[in-house]
Amino acid sequence: MWEYSDKVREHFFSPRNAGPLEGSNAVGDVGSIKCGDALRLMLKVDPANETILDAHFQTFGCGSAIASSSALTEIIKGMTLDAALKVSNQDIADYLDGLPPEKMHCSVMGREALQAAIANYRGEEWKDDHEEGALICKCFAIDAVMIEDVVRANGLTKVEQVTNYTKAGGGCSSCHEGIEEILAMVADDCDQESEIVTAAPVCAPPAKPEVMNASKPVAAPKMTNFQRMRRIEEVVEEIRPMLQRDHGDIEIVEVVGRNIYVNLKGACVGCMMEAATLGGVQTKLCEALGELVQVLPAAMLAHASV
Amino acid sequence: MDKPIYLDNNATTACDPAVVEAMLPFFTEQFGNPSSMHSFGNKVGFALKEARARVQNLLGAQFDTEIVFNSCGTEADSTAILSALRAQPERNQVITTTVEHPAILTLCDYLEKEGIIVQKLKVDRRGRLDLDEYKSLLNDRVAIVSAMWANNETGTIFPVEEMAELAHAKGIMFHTDAVQAVGKLPIDLKSSKIDMLSLSGHKLHAPKGVGVLYLRRNTRFRPLLRGGHQERGRRAGTENAASIVGLGVAAELALQHMHTENTEVKRLRDRLERAVLAAVPNTFVTGDPSNRLPNTSNIAFEYIEGEAILLLLNKMGIAASSGSACTSGSLEPSHVMRAMGIPYTAAHGTTRFSLSRWTTEAEIDRVIAAVPPIAAQLRKLSPYWNGDGPAEDPEKAFAPAYA
Ligand code: FES
Repeated sequence: MWEYSDKVREHFFSPRNAGPLEGSNAVGDVGSIKCGDALRLMLKVDPANETILDAHFQTFGCGSAIASSSALTEIIKGMTLDAALKVSNQDIADYLDGLPPEKMHCSVMGREALQAAIANYRGEEWKDDHEEGALICKCFAIDAVMIEDVVRANGLTKVEQVTNYTKAGGGCSSCHEGIEEILAMVADDCDQESEIVTAAPVCAPPAKPEVMNASKPVAAPKMTNFQRMRRIEEVVEEIRPMLQRDHGDIEIVEVVGRNIYVNLKGACVGCMMEAATLGGVQTKLCEALGELVQVLPAAMLAHASV
Repeated sequence: MDKPIYLDNNATTACDPAVVEAMLPFFTEQFGNPSSMHSFGNKVGFALKEARARVQNLLGAQFDTEIVFNSCGTEADSTAILSALRAQPERNQVITTTVEHPAILTLCDYLEKEGIIVQKLKVDRRGRLDLDEYKSLLNDRVAIVSAMWANNETGTIFPVEEMAELAHAKGIMFHTDAVQAVGKLPIDLKSSKIDMLSLSGHKLHAPKGVGVLYLRRNTRFRPLLRGGHQERGRRAGTENAASIVGLGVAAELALQHMHTENTEVKRLRDRLERAVLAAVPNTFVTGDPSNRLPNTSNIAFEYIEGEAILLLLNKMGIAASSGSACTSGSLEPSHVMRAMGIPYTAAHGTTRFSLSRWTTEAEIDRVIAAVPPIAAQLRKLSPYWNGDGPAEDPEKAFAPAYA
């Protein structure tokens, strides 16, 4: 049996706002019957100020799907549509005091239903852009589609790299076989493609982890100091959404030669993955700058600069 | 709250108190290693011999040396299939079915990656095999056929004795995963052509962590574990003496209660099933009701989801299980339901009730009273349901943007 929080149980056993909503003027239907989850969200929106007056749901799904739906309706009642659009799936999960990793997709479905309903109200078409795969890493709730995307986009070849980019595999390590299978599959695809087209544009060149360990930095491309700073900033900006998704954040504090000092914030601080997160940022920066840099917690700045 | 009702005996069973009692001395005064020469070990060796004879008796095996004790059904399954492949390197095919337990299917998926050709027999809507398809696949490249005796989810029984004859006629080894069947169906291996059979202790009121591979005399064999001479070198590792003794007692009890299983337990199962089907609209029995285990009923509740059903049942003190995706942590509903072509709107709501010889009339009454309101409550939440029937043309009434 799943480890559900009391809040999840409570919302499942006595769901709020269940059933059709009389006079609703926004409806969002999402889910997949194949996966056993389907959710219809119905809103009554005040046209004068775009405020959600009432919200109801109907859900075909498991305990956490029903609880997530119930929580969502409670969260968004009284919000304006714009404010409601900012509700993330993590907000839904937090409202319920957390969901098991296997069940996070239930909260994602809630957020999508909300987007779909608002699109419906505004006469827009809502398109589902997220694809869900089999859950590979239970420690960090990372699925196969996400791992495959990251592996392809960055030409990853090793499990540690996947861990640095996605966290998958950075906990109990029992998912390493699964990650290796995805790596092998992508590598196979790349081989096949490169046989057909000489340059394989779909597959990024394999990352060179040696860069990290090389005693001599690879020849740094000519970048002005200013360009270099800008590039560092860009890379960190790219990473931020990933950390924010987990309630963390990162900021650059200082750049001293090859040492880049950052502050990890929120959920990242003291998380068992802090080192791995820094490692991931470092890998990205090394690749972007074409030189060997070290990413260090800002706390170390004090010792270093003197 | 009333005493909880346990209707999940296909998942695991409670140890019979007589089993526990028989085991206890083997944790304390009878701690000897049966391999030792001194009298501490000797007594244990004798107890193992007795347990072996009891299991032999339950399975109708010709020789007691055909019983190889191990750790579980999964180990027996792996041992059987890997042994057949290793002992016959010139054969590189395995025939099995689409509805086997993961202990077989996951192993077969793995073997496929290593280059073994795995043929999976399909089943029809009632979960039955097509024996003509089976016959057409038998050829001299097949190392082993592995088919379950009875399905864990639906209870549907496969004609394994007939299948074994057919395989034998072509010189092909036959294995059956009988963990659900042993103790519920009469088995007489000596009059069959079955070469190997898997048995799991905890499915028949023995403890978890003990199982048996039945290995017909003269079947070519390669052990999974090598090391000691235990089990005549066919399964190295110091014997789990207490559990083996427990399994022996459980085997004897199973034989004594075989009749009860097929009369009283079956009657209660049928009563439960009929009452639920009559009281809850849009439900049906999955599998082959005319040919299944006497203790198992698998009911599909359309338009609602199994995990939600289980949570509500659990709140009423009733334990059952479900083929829904959510209970397994995967995204797809049970492979057994999919293999039978059960539509997704029903497959996610399949709920299995599996009884035991301890299930009482009063318990069944309580379950019969509990189920209809639960189904009604969840259907009220379902977008596929409208008042007292499925939404008109449910697929159309609710066609979500697929996530
Ligand atoms: S499951 Fe991936 S690290 Fe634990």
